[in-house]
Amino acid sequence: MIGLVIVSHSHRLAQGVQELADQMSTDDITIVAAGGLMDEHGAFHIGTDAVRIAQAIQEAWSEDGVLILLDMGSAVLSTEVALEMLPPAMRERCRMSNAPLVEGAIVAALEASLGRSLEEVNQAAEAASRLQKIAQE
Amino acid sequence: MGQEITLPQFRRWLLAYARRIIQEEDYLTELDAAIGDADHGANMRRGMVKVLERLQAPDDNCNDIGSLLRSVAMIMISSVGGAAGPLYGTFFLRAAAVANQHRSVTLPELARMFRTGLEGIQQRGKAVLEDKTMVDAIQPAVEALEAAAEANQSLAVALASARQAAKLGMEHTVELVARKGRASYLGPRSVGFQDPGATSAYYLFETAAETLATPAENGSEQGQKSTSQEPGDP
Repeated sequence: MIGLVIVSHSHRLAQGVQELADQMSTDDITIVAAGGLMDEHGAFHIGTDAVRIAQAIQEAWSEDGVLILLDMGSAVLSTEVALEMLPPAMRERCRMSNAPLVEGAIVAALEASLGRSLEEVNQAAEAASRLQKIAQE
Repeated sequence: MGQEITLPQFRRWLLAYARRIIQEEDYLTELDAAIGDADHGANMRRGMVKVLERLQAPDDNCNDIGSLLRSVAMIMISSVGGAAGPLYGTFFLRAAAVANQHRSVTLPELARMFRTGLEGIQQRGKAVLEDKTMVDAIQPAVEALEAAAEANQSLAVALASARQAAKLGMEHTVELVARKGRASYLGPRSVGFQDPGATSAYYLFETAAETLATPAENGSEQGQKSTSQEPGDP
């Protein structure tokens, strides 16, 4: 079973996506949120923190790998820095997903709980960008 | 030629940089409000307050230039937030790797540290010259430093020409169309504004020219004579 990490500029958005994804998966899938930037008073600001992301990857770690879902922009940069901080053996089993954050996380949680591989889960999550939400006439 | 830049000078440089950013917080925010999301000043200030705290602590555990730069990098990637955090963090991490275990470096080594740092920024941010980013200030400065090292110029001359090159690069961003980050969504409307990232990057070379060319007074380099302003009261 792979692990999932949710990266967003917003702490609450990452938590919300994690909550939603948790609902779609089984208990044996670890989903960890790493959103926002904590200041010295423990308050969250908009931003991303590579150190927290690296910790989240370690928390979600499974030998089967970790899929990282993210919003955009500097979330990608911070996640790249986080991956660079990890031991190479761990880094090789981590993927950043190009999937849309919310839809991708829901699909990934579902696919992961079916025991699919890292690559399979990522493909399914990325395909969520073509998801037709509204029935065509 | 043969002049070395020591660990206390690097510490003095980073303290001066942190103070300059804190002083210019409002200006950086104002620049970012025009074409970005108005957070560059506050983001950089948050990181720099931590850098000051760390480097002014009685024991910062930084016994060589590599570990000093690495500690600054870790603060930037974990507390700055926007793209600037991972980009400056990568710059300092890569430069730190070149200066690992060094308690002093020569001008050619300094040029190599900055070149390696610049390559890290470009690898991470995928920006090239004229994209209206920090690269527009850093790349000309690195090239000036390399040219000065090649020509065996003094440290003072080399750092002054790097500062001048960074300044021209920063000012040139006014004419450019942004091709990276939030500002790129503005397209041609981003012309006419100076890039905030190029501006905070210029301060690296401005403060380097002020601090790295002259020897630090032994042991008391934290007492900064020239800048009496107290860095942002919390």
